[in-house]
Amino acid sequence: MRQGAPDAGRVQLSAIVQFESVGLRYGTGAEVLRDLDFTLSRGSFYFLTGASGAGKTSLLKLLYLSQRPTRGRIRLFDQDLSDAARDSLPHLRRRIGVVFQDFRLIRHLSAYDNVALPLRIAGRDEEEINSAVREMLDWVGLGDRSGARPATLSGGEQQRVAIARAVITQPDLLVADEPTGNVDAEMAKRLLHLFGALNGLGTTVVVATHDLGLIASNPAAAIMRLDSGALVDPTGLLRNPPQVDRREARP
Amino acid sequence: MILDRIWRSRPEARLLPAEGLHGPTVAVMAMMSFVMIVVAAAGLALANAAGVVVSATQSRYVIELPATSASDLPRAVAAARAVPGVRNVVAVPQSEMRKTLERWLGDSANSPDLPIPSMATVELAPGARSATVASAVQATVPAARISAESAELKPLLGSLRALQWLALALVLLMTIATAAAIVLAARGALDTHRPTVEIMHGIGATDRQVTRLFERKIAIDAIAGALAATVAASIVLLLIGAGASAAAADLAWWSPFAARDFLLLALIPIAAVIIAVAVAHATLLRALRASL
Repeated sequence: MRQGAPDAGRVQLSAIVQFESVGLRYGTGAEVLRDLDFTLSRGSFYFLTGASGAGKTSLLKLLYLSQRPTRGRIRLFDQDLSDAARDSLPHLRRRIGVVFQDFRLIRHLSAYDNVALPLRIAGRDEEEINSAVREMLDWVGLGDRSGARPATLSGGEQQRVAIARAVITQPDLLVADEPTGNVDAEMAKRLLHLFGALNGLGTTVVVATHDLGLIASNPAAAIMRLDSGALVDPTGLLRNPPQVDRREARP
Repeated sequence: MILDRIWRSRPEARLLPAEGLHGPTVAVMAMMSFVMIVVAAAGLALANAAGVVVSATQSRYVIELPATSASDLPRAVAAARAVPGVRNVVAVPQSEMRKTLERWLGDSANSPDLPIPSMATVELAPGARSATVASAVQATVPAARISAESAELKPLLGSLRALQWLALALVLLMTIATAAAIVLAARGALDTHRPTVEIMHGIGATDRQVTRLFERKIAIDAIAGALAATVAASIVLLLIGAGASAAAADLAWWSPFAARDFLLLALIPIAAVIIAVAVAHATLLRALRASL
């Protein structure tokens, strides 16, 4: 994905997310994010890194529409969010898969029902939901624990349920906050493989992580590094989004 | 409970735990609906009683002669009977007058020294004028006075009407109190399930989808409460009705409720449920709109 200079045979990948001079503050405090200018390209893979407190989770919140910026402009799926009606947000959110750092599973629902939730919200029929959820739970190695409630699952198992829930709709944008923090190396590898497979299907993936091994395992990914709320662009791919051959460009 | 099973049967219904039927909404709805039905029933019974009194007295008049002219009563009765539109004229026997006075005066009521006025009741046909009767009777017996029975009962009817308005006001107050209780219950439910709501919003649920979950839950609670109230109120009203019938056996022709009244009373719990759901819907949507 790390591309050379543009040339006539190449086109710029379409932008899925654009930040322009974005800043975020909570209440009257200091800005936790400032002057963010970047573009995320459709079908690309990004790692978001930075020290604790650098603003990674805040940036992810902006990406998954849990927070509005206090200044600047965000475009998501070709829609300007600064003037987007509140009623339009749910439909945008359905195109985003989120793996929360604290999993945020619904505690009184089984693993099956937690994973089925996005499909039910999207109004899919139960037959379709059943096959998709069974397949996904098998894939994350929890096929035999589909009836278990989160409280009876280990941290790693809960994380896998959260990941299954995030990817089951094959979202256009996948945002994951430390998705491998609670799983062993083997499962981390499998999950990264899953993210890679989704990315191959056209999903833009943004993974916030401290795990250098995880970053090293995908050298093609772009790296976004946050430092005290400001974005550092070591790969240069954020300000100059990657380009691909026209044949590869997705519609 | 059956309602509980229906509630659990839908997959999305499992998003909220089903302890709602044992929560305060059922009890609040039951108590409020019970009071509304009983108070409304009392109001309707008063209205019917007032109606019976009015219809029984509106065409009835009394001819009264002072004790000094008591002997002129037959002439006064004959004069009244001769007026067109007079249906019936009945002279009240002296013995009956004295019997009535006995309640207050005891044996003294039978004393020949006690001056007893003479009376006759007159019933007019619809459209007949009491002034014509009064003229005819007074032309024959100048000392006679004619008064409407309804005039004697005016203070009583006024009290009955005031009680009806009071009953209506109480029903309205209870309706407002029910709505307020539902607002609190809806907000409480939303606060209790805030993490679930946030997750659902984050995954792309619309406000309507979230609201529908709570609404359905509150509707089931409200229906359970209203049903319990209807059963309890029916038992209470039947017991009171049976007691009243036994006490007033001679008023068998009078029933405190007409068929229309039963329909009105049956509509109260239904209206309470509709109000509860509508208020919950508005409250939840408003609360959800405060979030992103």
